[in-house]
Amino acid sequence: MAQAAEATSGKRRGKAASAPPMTRDQLLQAYRDMLLIRRFEEKAGQLYGMGLIGGFCHLYIGQEAVVVGMQACLEPGDQVITSYRDHGHMLATGMEARGVMAELTGRIGGYSHGKGGSMHMFSREKGFFGGHGIVGAQVSLGTGLAFANWYRESRNVSLTYFGEGASNQGQVFESFNLAALMKLPVIFIIENNKYGMGTSVERASASRDLSKNGAPWGIPGEQVNGMDVMAVKEAGERAAAHCRAGNGPYLLEMKTYRYRGHSMSDPAKYRTREEVQKMREQSDPIETARKLLLEQGLDEAALKTIDDEVKAIVQEAADFAQQSPEPPESELWTDVLLEAR
Amino acid sequence: MGVEILMPALSPTMTEGKLARWLKKEGDAVKSGDVIAEIETDKATMEVEAVDEGTLTKIVVPEGTEGVAVNSPIAELDGGGAGGSKGAAPGHDTAMPQQPAPPAAASPEVGEVAKQAEDYGAVAQRGADRKEGAAKMGEAAAAPEKDWGPTKPMTVREALRDAMALEMRADDKVFLMGEEVAQYQGAYKISQGLLDEFGPRRVIDTPITEHGFTGMAVGAAFTGLKPIVEFMTFNFSMQAIDQIINSAAKTLYMSGGQLGCPIVFRGPNGAAARVAAQHSQCYASWYAHVPGLKVVAPWSSADAKGLLRAAIRDPNPVIVLENEILYGHSFDCPTADDFIVPIGKAKVERAGKDVTIVAYSIAVTWAMQAAEELAKQGIEAEVINLRSIRPLDAETIANSVRKTNRLVTVEEGWPYANIGTEIAMQVMEAAFDWLDAPPVRVCGKDVPMPYAANLEKLALPTIPEIVDAAKRVTYK
Repeated sequence: MAQAAEATSGKRRGKAASAPPMTRDQLLQAYRDMLLIRRFEEKAGQLYGMGLIGGFCHLYIGQEAVVVGMQACLEPGDQVITSYRDHGHMLATGMEARGVMAELTGRIGGYSHGKGGSMHMFSREKGFFGGHGIVGAQVSLGTGLAFANWYRESRNVSLTYFGEGASNQGQVFESFNLAALMKLPVIFIIENNKYGMGTSVERASASRDLSKNGAPWGIPGEQVNGMDVMAVKEAGERAAAHCRAGNGPYLLEMKTYRYRGHSMSDPAKYRTREEVQKMREQSDPIETARKLLLEQGLDEAALKTIDDEVKAIVQEAADFAQQSPEPPESELWTDVLLEAR
Repeated sequence: MGVEILMPALSPTMTEGKLARWLKKEGDAVKSGDVIAEIETDKATMEVEAVDEGTLTKIVVPEGTEGVAVNSPIAELDGGGAGGSKGAAPGHDTAMPQQPAPPAAASPEVGEVAKQAEDYGAVAQRGADRKEGAAKMGEAAAAPEKDWGPTKPMTVREALRDAMALEMRADDKVFLMGEEVAQYQGAYKISQGLLDEFGPRRVIDTPITEHGFTGMAVGAAFTGLKPIVEFMTFNFSMQAIDQIINSAAKTLYMSGGQLGCPIVFRGPNGAAARVAAQHSQCYASWYAHVPGLKVVAPWSSADAKGLLRAAIRDPNPVIVLENEILYGHSFDCPTADDFIVPIGKAKVERAGKDVTIVAYSIAVTWAMQAAEELAKQGIEAEVINLRSIRPLDAETIANSVRKTNRLVTVEEGWPYANIGTEIAMQVMEAAFDWLDAPPVRVCGKDVPMPYAANLEKLALPTIPEIVDAAKRVTYK
């Protein structure tokens, strides 16, 4: 990925830290977290293919380094919000794989008791505020999470993720303005996977460097190699420090790539197989981490143990998601309104 | 035994497809994520990726085969690389090659799974007592309006401001944001004095950016803050309607009850005077359509103060539809510190036996004037001030109709699917046998609001129209 490589080499602001951004243990954890997302999504794709998951299902395969790297920068009480390509974000915040998978199959054991589905899941406990199906809506909502931190005078930060496709929505720019005006602690994270459904970023954005999209409002931005979990974490730490110090919002453009179609029913004919294959072979975030870990002296057996653990978690989640009953009919009428006290 | 690879579905509606091409051959090693085949439907061609690892031992369905049923085996893989789950992962797939699993209600392990489900919240009995008919009209007598004691004259404007100030004093989580609410003291001076008392943290001027600041307020409400969002007029809420409906109203449901949204959207609604089509529109019907929202429309100062306080305390999103023309009107308002008007309760403003006139917001003024006129002609009208549009106080309306046997509704909104339509339908469902005449709606004409003074008058309901309607249903 030429752009990504260029991003890491040349466009960072601030000084690169002298110490590596992750210790071996941290990298190992990141490897495990990324692998869990990868295997989870593969399984979700399989269950979709078997007709067990309905509707829209947007897989995160290829983009794992972004959420895992950013999550490593968070403190308790920080919030995460994203669009409908959200399974990876949920797993990264520590939500249980079985609860997420059971929501995908529309069962009572799902995080929303089967009433939200792939695009609408939440966990207040884990600071995950969804899962939003309307492109760009989560950006002003995420700005509101940051507003709440500002209002409560906490040092918490809102991680507000959106795609490069959503970055053209009017409310995104409205949110940039509001966040900069009020100095709200929000990290805007553009996950630029190059295609908004079938439209390449070049055909959708006149802006050629999305990290500069906040520049008119004075929002510092940088392009980051979103296929490298350590680069993500390093940039994320910088952004979080900026926000926690009360300096207002920060913008990170993650150069990343999704291997699968926009959703399960997208044949992805707008790009070549070679392009996808090249990304997989040369820039895969999990392979990159794996090689690094081996170079750092970890042995294959240790990695194999992790692989097996992850597979077992995903399998257990898939089993749970099929065994958990459908919601009882009474669920149709719950959660429309809260009782006034 | 190895792992069977099954024919996948590209969409929930696909039942079969063509196996167009194999990209791996028997004996090839396969890793997770490898593209192994291409399948086609009438709509698309799609690649099939391997989920499991191993060696492709057998191709069951040769390439070029048409009409391959979803979930039928197309190839076999040895479980060599399956690892951790001792081949169980793939074995599981072969265990269910035919159809999607039936809902596990039929499974012997239901009890176990239901127990596991409790991890995500107690769900067993939730909603068992909710029924579709919750909003229907019963025959119970409506609770009498509480006597709040002494009153004093107060404008609607002052009542709204007092309501906000009282709730902001009581709860630090309550704040006000909107265009010109702080330094300018409110475009219509509703928030006069609030900045001085509460400071810029809690009385926040926003840029003219409804979509953005509404979304921001909704996000803040998800964390438990209680924003009051002022729209300079409700016409501008259309810029933000996605956040009001898709985010504020639906998230509680989509989250299985985890994420409530305690927020108030308020501002002037409907026609002011001579501001033409884009600034003269009633949103009652728009917002009342949406499950997950409450909608109130105060008429008097007491309504304004009591309903806005209730709206701020309510844990749900509440739309408060005010009226610009009423802001300067003065009404007697209870002075009690704890005065509040519960959402969902209509008020009989004038008792009568001959015809029920149901109205809300400024239409109550017209209905009261029409009732005066009708009294002179020997017709005693009962005027009901709805106060809440959703939930609707169907009891009070039905009880009145059972007494008068006749119904007229009055509102500014357009005729098509307006609030009167809903009321008439509910009355027919609950009290058809009591009706002695078809209900009549008096409402705004079915045109955008014109600017010319004479045409504007024609576009809005008039007192003679209400009088005529009442005479029509009483056959006088």
